[in-house]
Amino acid sequence: MLDASEGYTTEDGRKIGGVVMEMKNITLRFGGVVAIKDISFDIRQGEIRAIIGPNGAGKSSMLNVISGFYNPQEGEVYYQGTLRPPMKPYQVAQQGIARTFQNIALFEGMSVLDNVMTGRIRQMKAGPFAQALWKGKAEREEVENRAVVEKVIDFLEIQAIRKTPVSRLPYGLKKRVELARALASEPSILLLDEPMAGMNVEEKEDMSRFILDVNDEFGTTIALIEHDMGVVMDLSDRVVVMDYGQKIGDGTPDEVRNNQAVIDAYLGVAHD
Amino acid sequence: MPEQLVFAMEVFLNGLMAGVLYALVALGFVLIYKASGIFNYAQGVMALFAALTLVGIMEGQVPFAHLINAMFGTEIHHFGWHVPALLAILLTMVVMVGLAWLVNTIIFKHLVNQEPIILFMATIGLAYFLEGFGDIMWGADIKKLDVGLPQGINEAIDEVTYGIFDYGFFIDNLDIVATVVAAALVFTLIIFAQYTKQGRAMRAVADDHQAALSVGISLNFIWVMVWSLAGFVALVAGIMWGTKSGVQFSLSLIALKALPVLMLGGFTSIPGAIVGGLIIGVGEKLFEFAIGPMVGGATENWFAYVLALVFLVFRPQGLFGEKIIERV
Repeated sequence: MLDASEGYTTEDGRKIGGVVMEMKNITLRFGGVVAIKDISFDIRQGEIRAIIGPNGAGKSSMLNVISGFYNPQEGEVYYQGTLRPPMKPYQVAQQGIARTFQNIALFEGMSVLDNVMTGRIRQMKAGPFAQALWKGKAEREEVENRAVVEKVIDFLEIQAIRKTPVSRLPYGLKKRVELARALASEPSILLLDEPMAGMNVEEKEDMSRFILDVNDEFGTTIALIEHDMGVVMDLSDRVVVMDYGQKIGDGTPDEVRNNQAVIDAYLGVAHD
Repeated sequence: MPEQLVFAMEVFLNGLMAGVLYALVALGFVLIYKASGIFNYAQGVMALFAALTLVGIMEGQVPFAHLINAMFGTEIHHFGWHVPALLAILLTMVVMVGLAWLVNTIIFKHLVNQEPIILFMATIGLAYFLEGFGDIMWGADIKKLDVGLPQGINEAIDEVTYGIFDYGFFIDNLDIVATVVAAALVFTLIIFAQYTKQGRAMRAVADDHQAALSVGISLNFIWVMVWSLAGFVALVAGIMWGTKSGVQFSLSLIALKALPVLMLGGFTSIPGAIVGGLIIGVGEKLFEFAIGPMVGGATENWFAYVLALVFLVFRPQGLFGEKIIERV
C-alpha cells in the first residue's frame, strides 16, 4: 500500500513525506507484565498519526517509549534515519520531540507566558551572565524567542490569559497552554497524550481544530493517543491499533474501521 | 530626645544588622526547599564546613593532618604557605560545588520521589557526617578568620549620631558589610531566577519534574546547581559569622536560629527569608532591651522560638509563604 521511502498523498491532498521515526520490534516489560509486545510502526513527515486501543492496551507506554520516559527492553528506535541509543527524557526533548501529558503537567506557579517560554529553553544558548545583563547574543535570542512564543500564543488564541497564573485556569485552557508550550519548541515531532480527555464537546471541537491547524500551518508531524473514536477517525491520516500490548491493526481510518480484529477488540470478544 | 529612646534606636539598628546574618542562613534553606522540596537541615553545617575550608586553605593547613600524623607517625600540619583571601574564597567555592555534586550523586539522586520526611532525615545524616568530616579534615580548634573585612566601630556613624543625639551609636563595620553583601546576594539571586535560562529551568524543576523533563531540562544538572548555590550562600554566611565570632563548631547551631526565621518568612520566599531575619533580629534585641532586665536577661535564647510559635498558631504558612489550599 505505502512506499517505504517516498511518502503518499492524503485524501484531502496533503503531501506526506518520508519516515521521521521508526519503531522496530519494541518490547517493554514491567517486571512480569508485558506492556508492549513486539510492536513496529513508523511516523512520517507531516502526518497526523494516531495510536488507539482500549484501556490498558499500552498506548501511553508507547508514547513514553517515543519520548524517552521509558526505555524498552527490546527493539530499536530510529529517529531521522539513525538508531537512537537509550536516552533520558530531557535528551529526547532536546532532539526536538515535544510532548503533552494525559494529566496535564504544567508549571502551576508560573504565568501562561512563562510556561510557554520554558518551551524555548532548548533554543537558549547564551550564558547566564549575558542573560542576566541582557546583552548581545542574549538580547537577540530573547527577542527571537519571544516572537515565536507570541506567534504560538496568537495561534492558539490564548492572548487574553497570557499573564494569568496557570493554576487559575480551567481544565480545557490548561490543555491548550500545554499544547502551546510543546509547540513553542518548534518540535519535529509533537506527541499528544489524550489531548481531549475530560473535555466537553465544544472544547473537543476547538482542540481538534487546533491540531489540524498546527499540522497545516507549521507542517508539524503529530502523533497522538485518543479514546474518542469519532475524533480519531476525523483527525488522523493513519492509525495504529493496540490491544493487550500488541498491534492488531495499522492503516488509514477506513482500513482500520473495517478490520475484524479491531472490531473484536472494541466490541469485546473473549480472548483465549 | 529622651535617653531611653536613643538607646532603643541603637538597639534597633543593631537588631537589623544581626537579622541580616540570620537571613543569610535562612536564604540557603529557602533556595534548596524551593527547587527540590528538601528541607536541608545541613545548611548550617555547610556554612561551618565552608568557613573551615576557607580558613584551612588560607592558612595552608594540611587536610586530614591529624589522621595522617596518627597513621604514619609524621608531624606535618602546614604546607607553609598562605593563600590570598580572594583566591582562597574561589577555591572554597570549587570545593562547595564538588560537595554539591557528591551530595546529589551519592544521596539525593537515589531518593527521587521519596516522602519529604525521608529527604529530611537524609539531610540530618548529611549534617552529622559533614560535621565529623570537617573535624577530621581541618581539626576541632577554634580558628580565626580574617579575609580583610573591616571590623570594629564605624567612626562616621559614631560622630554623626554624637552630633545629633549627644550620644554616639556603636555600629560594627562588619555588620554594615554583611548588610551590603546580603542585599547584593539577594538582588543577584532574584535576577538569576527571573531572567536567565538556568533560573527559569530551576523554577520549572521546582514546579513539576515531568513537565521540566519534557521541555528538555536535566533534573540532575539543576539539582547540582541548586546545591552549589546553597553552598555559595553557606560560604557567604560562613565568612560573615566566622569573622564575627571565630570559626568554631557551635557555628552549625546558627541553623537552629534560621528555623524561626523561616517560620516567619515562609519556607518558599526569598524576600520572606530577609524580612523574617530582620524581624527576628530586631525583635530579640528590642525585647532583651525592654523586657530583659525585668526577667533576669538572656531572653535572646528563646525569644525567636516563642515568636515563631505564635506565628505558627495564627499564620502557619508564614508572612510570604504560599497558602496551602486543598480543593475537595
